[in-house]
Amino acid sequence: MRLVLAEDHALLRAGLIQLLEGNGFTIRHAVDNAPELGQALLDPEVDAAVLDVRLPPTQTDEGLRAAIAVRAARPGFPVMVLSQYVEQLYARELLASGEGAVGYLLKDRVSDVAEFVDGVRRVAAGGTVLDPEVVAAVMARHRDEPVDRLSPREQEVLALMAEGRSNAAIAHRLSITEKAVAKHINSIFTKLDLPLDEDDHRRVRAVLAWLRL
Amino acid sequence: MDRLRLTGYAVAQLFLAVVLIALAVLWIVGGALVVVWVGLGILAGVVPATRWIANLHRSMAARTLGQPVPVPYRPIPRGQGFFAKAGVVVADPMTWRDLAWVFLAPAVGLVVSILVLVLLLGVVTAVIWWFVTPPLMTARAHFDRFFLAYSRTEKLEQRVQALTESRADLVDTSAAELRRLERDLHDGAQARLVALSMSLGMADAAFDEDPERARQLVNDARATTAAAIGDLRSVVRGIHPPVLADRGLAGAVEALALDMAVPTAVDVRLGGRPPAPVESAVYFAVAECLANVGKHAHAEHAWVTVIVERPDSPDGAAGPEVLRAVVGDDGRGGADPAAGTGMLGVMRRLAAFDGTMSVSSPAGGPTLITLEVPCDSSSPRTMPSSAPA
Repeated sequence: MRLVLAEDHALLRAGLIQLLEGNGFTIRHAVDNAPELGQALLDPEVDAAVLDVRLPPTQTDEGLRAAIAVRAARPGFPVMVLSQYVEQLYARELLASGEGAVGYLLKDRVSDVAEFVDGVRRVAAGGTVLDPEVVAAVMARHRDEPVDRLSPREQEVLALMAEGRSNAAIAHRLSITEKAVAKHINSIFTKLDLPLDEDDHRRVRAVLAWLRL
Repeated sequence: MDRLRLTGYAVAQLFLAVVLIALAVLWIVGGALVVVWVGLGILAGVVPATRWIANLHRSMAARTLGQPVPVPYRPIPRGQGFFAKAGVVVADPMTWRDLAWVFLAPAVGLVVSILVLVLLLGVVTAVIWWFVTPPLMTARAHFDRFFLAYSRTEKLEQRVQALTESRADLVDTSAAELRRLERDLHDGAQARLVALSMSLGMADAAFDEDPERARQLVNDARATTAAAIGDLRSVVRGIHPPVLADRGLAGAVEALALDMAVPTAVDVRLGGRPPAPVESAVYFAVAECLANVGKHAHAEHAWVTVIVERPDSPDGAAGPEVLRAVVGDDGRGGADPAAGTGMLGVMRRLAAFDGTMSVSSPAGGPTLITLEVPCDSSSPRTMPSSAPA
């Protein structure tokens, strides 16, 4: 898989290149600023992007803006956004930029190499991977319809789905069988009135409903 | 024409002089009876009446002199008890200048007004009236302004006093802030980095004999790193939240609202970006208010509005631009701004920009906290000290 990588910190950029190339990804372009990122994202041969939110020249949120722009120009283009901070506001904007194929993680999650690489693969395959900190913030929010209809267990399952976990991983985390997870997920789809569709899209829609988008 | 208007003022001031005599008597009676409480009730009526009449004379003086004579009273806090309001009135020097004026103005008023009227009505003396009325009424207006408005020097003195106080507060606040940062870094990230370095050192020593233990130590080190990063993140958020740098006040307030457990509506209408220090002060003020809503209000809904207005000042001219932020909730009310150190910090921080905070929170709610900060971009005081690169 061919990636664009944008990270302005030389050490982190080198680390990420090493980490991703060691796990079967090809880094087509590794850039350290927003204008070059814009150029790199025009390359039709890249399959996905891993971006830092904060990039030169203004050191604000150009990575995020680039992610949203490229997804407007190339619908469904997979983007994993990394940041020193996570904001629900940004998570919402990213999720609103298209259905699925989007990830938003704290930079330090990279230290769990296996999980991070798995996250990038899930995003590239069209899934949604949200940082547990965003998920926890959403959980803390008082909410009403329609997610209130979910049982506490179903809400837990939905939160883990938002983090991008597979059924097997959810089963492992909650110490229940995979079959039980599938049952909960089906019940979530029904309660949120999600039409039958390709499985991944329903997962994404459930997460969107949960974020009240 | 002008002389007729001045004569009209003279007539008005003649009648008002009679009212002022009555007021003077009431001041004496009320003042004497304060010891048996009844006096307080009398004074509670006499003070507003005095202010009303004084304001009439202010506007007449302003028209006579062709210069603004502003209404100089300190604002009386809304939604607070009688004694809090009385405290503000007693502490306001203008109350006592009003009082002195109440005793002197009737004498001056009677003399000037009667003189002007007699000269006019005496037909033969109308010529004298023609020449004497303007200087007489101007003198009267100067007399009123001397008592009822602060002179330029007095205004400057007051300004220096206010600046000295707010500067001292600001220095205290930033010193406390630096101490807190030092403590947070020392107890948090710094301590964790020490632990991290220890874990790695032990792992290094254990590598050959006990690789399993070394692996365990490296894993510990990673967990410690994550915790240190988390600590640093929260320290940085406390200094200058990244979302404020990225998106300005509108985005940052929206982000605050999203993190609220209580559903919070946001309406931010700003022409452009206010100066960075104002932005930051207002952001932390709104954050503190919202944190209090979350902790104490037991509210179902909360809302934040931020607008920039150019209010009219009392003398009719357009005033400087004011950024007004209102944080409201439908909770149980009874919020006391003096109770928490957080709100005091907010007030001090706003005071550095001549900003104010007022709280209306009757028992049973709703609570409304209004923050106002002048933010004229032409004022050098509020120019951004560190424009984003």
